[in-house]
Amino acid sequence: MSATGLQELEQPPPGMSSRLEGELLEVSMGPQHPSTHGVFRMNVALDGEIVRKLKPVFGYLHRNHEKIGENASYLGSMPYTDRLDYFCSMTNNWAYALSVEKLAGIEVPERAEYLRIILAELTRLQNHASLLGFLLSDMGAWGTPLMYAFREREKILDLFESLSGSRMMCDYMRFGGCRVDASAEWLARAQQIVDRFPRFLDEFEELILQNEIVISRTQNVGKLSAELAISAGITGPMLRASGVNYDIRKVDRYGFYPRFKFRIPLGDHGDTYDRLMMRALEMRESIEILKQALPQIPDGPIVNPKVKVRAFRPPVGEAYGRIEAPKGELGFYLISDGGPNPYRYRVRPPSFINLTILEDLCLGHTVADVMVILGSVDIVMGEVDR
Amino acid sequence: METLEQIKNRAELAVPGARIEVIANPGPSKQSSFLLDNEHAVAVAKFLRDHPVLRFDFCSNVTAVDWLDRTIKKTVKVKQVVDGIEKEVDQITEEKIPGYLEVVYHLYSIKHKDGPLVIRMRTANRMAGAPLPSLTPIWRSAEFQEREAFDLYGIEFDGHPDLRRILMWDEFTDHPMRKDYREPDDYDWEPTPHDAVLEKAKKHYPSRPELDGAEKITANPQ
Repeated sequence: MSATGLQELEQPPPGMSSRLEGELLEVSMGPQHPSTHGVFRMNVALDGEIVRKLKPVFGYLHRNHEKIGENASYLGSMPYTDRLDYFCSMTNNWAYALSVEKLAGIEVPERAEYLRIILAELTRLQNHASLLGFLLSDMGAWGTPLMYAFREREKILDLFESLSGSRMMCDYMRFGGCRVDASAEWLARAQQIVDRFPRFLDEFEELILQNEIVISRTQNVGKLSAELAISAGITGPMLRASGVNYDIRKVDRYGFYPRFKFRIPLGDHGDTYDRLMMRALEMRESIEILKQALPQIPDGPIVNPKVKVRAFRPPVGEAYGRIEAPKGELGFYLISDGGPNPYRYRVRPPSFINLTILEDLCLGHTVADVMVILGSVDIVMGEVDR
Repeated sequence: METLEQIKNRAELAVPGARIEVIANPGPSKQSSFLLDNEHAVAVAKFLRDHPVLRFDFCSNVTAVDWLDRTIKKTVKVKQVVDGIEKEVDQITEEKIPGYLEVVYHLYSIKHKDGPLVIRMRTANRMAGAPLPSLTPIWRSAEFQEREAFDLYGIEFDGHPDLRRILMWDEFTDHPMRKDYREPDDYDWEPTPHDAVLEKAKKHYPSRPELDGAEKITANPQ
């Protein structure tokens, strides 16, 4: 039933003396629900099928990551950042390494910067591909699109495994560089996967993006205005779907991103369809970056030899470093008191803050739309609950 | 972005009575910050957001920091007359700084694509429910993050629309991110407790003087 359908019911149909007095029904959706993408719960007040209130409930995966980070050495937190957004451990590592490099004033060698960009863009490809698969799963296209997406993701995870030793928990970056070097053979394999990726995208887009069901389920659903998006601190593809041109790769010019030519896709309507399209378009731009970066990668050291591995103590001070992770702005705020572990270790999780406006997006839509809207926000509970 | 001094002058002109202190950051990141006075913080924040030159419309990160009571030791060389001869003697002065909780906001401008501007506010002390003004009416993105600071640090944000615990469960009483937080004694039963576990186990069972030795401790004491 649509929102307009409900309003039609306000007038009793002819021949009917009175209409049903509906009261709000409170439903607790989740935490164990396949479409909540983890253990996430929403307390929803429903009027028929229409959402009148929605309060997200967090904390099922809370393990006080920040406190553990304050009690571990700087390097000791690096493998633990993998567990934040476990789809994108490479970008988590990069954001943390970047913040510590800001805190301690460390330079990164050229080859390491290239490797970081290559791995971050591969991460973006596999994150966006699997998000599209999950989103279609939420809409009822059960299994097939997700398996198509996972087939491509698996190739990229194999690359990660052969480089870092682990598919998902890569623990690859180090302060001032990367942990292991990529061989010429690895780079050739990456090139091959990147060259073949557009074929998957073409097929996937033909299958889903013009699909009538996808369009009717997503267009005009969960509209987000640019003003609200900026005020609520929404970042990443979700912000750009609302037409705000803000990509940290372009704004902060971190790493070697200014050396590459790529475009920032922007949405017109800020609805779920735009958010979905944004991922498909961003994958094309990531491929562009990879196509430029892979042949250009210079030889040289992959880690700054001046950085102490043992007894690493940054000078007193604080730093906030951020990168454009696939889900939005991932930032780390660190305060050093000169000791071996940070005095304050804070993660700015993009998917947690992107959930701020979940209620605003869902009001007036049906329960079935809530799942689609939530899927388009792109959350991972490891990062939301920390 | 304008320099911190310029922004400070603009803000102090626009909000009469506001006292802004620049906190220097000694580290290589050079991200210095503003310390706002709690009374005028909301007005200053609104000014920072709305002024056409500044336009810090995007509040990226909100977090809290717990600073315990500290003493800062300073060594100063002082001239003293010792045995009739003037000498330079090291004099150690101790300055006691009472503890406080601090909230830190990282602001960026999407309009001008610059930042970060770091603003902070401090509570008067580390008591439970130490109040600070909420900046959620200015930046919606602070909504969940201030709730998190309330949950994990126990800072009461005046003017927050929905101040509840967010990550810990509602019945939880303490604030686990505080530096002096002690975790509860989560006792796990072991068939043969020893060492630290034994010490814990003793606390959890009534004393039974007729039994000699803790190895007789059983799971179901009568």
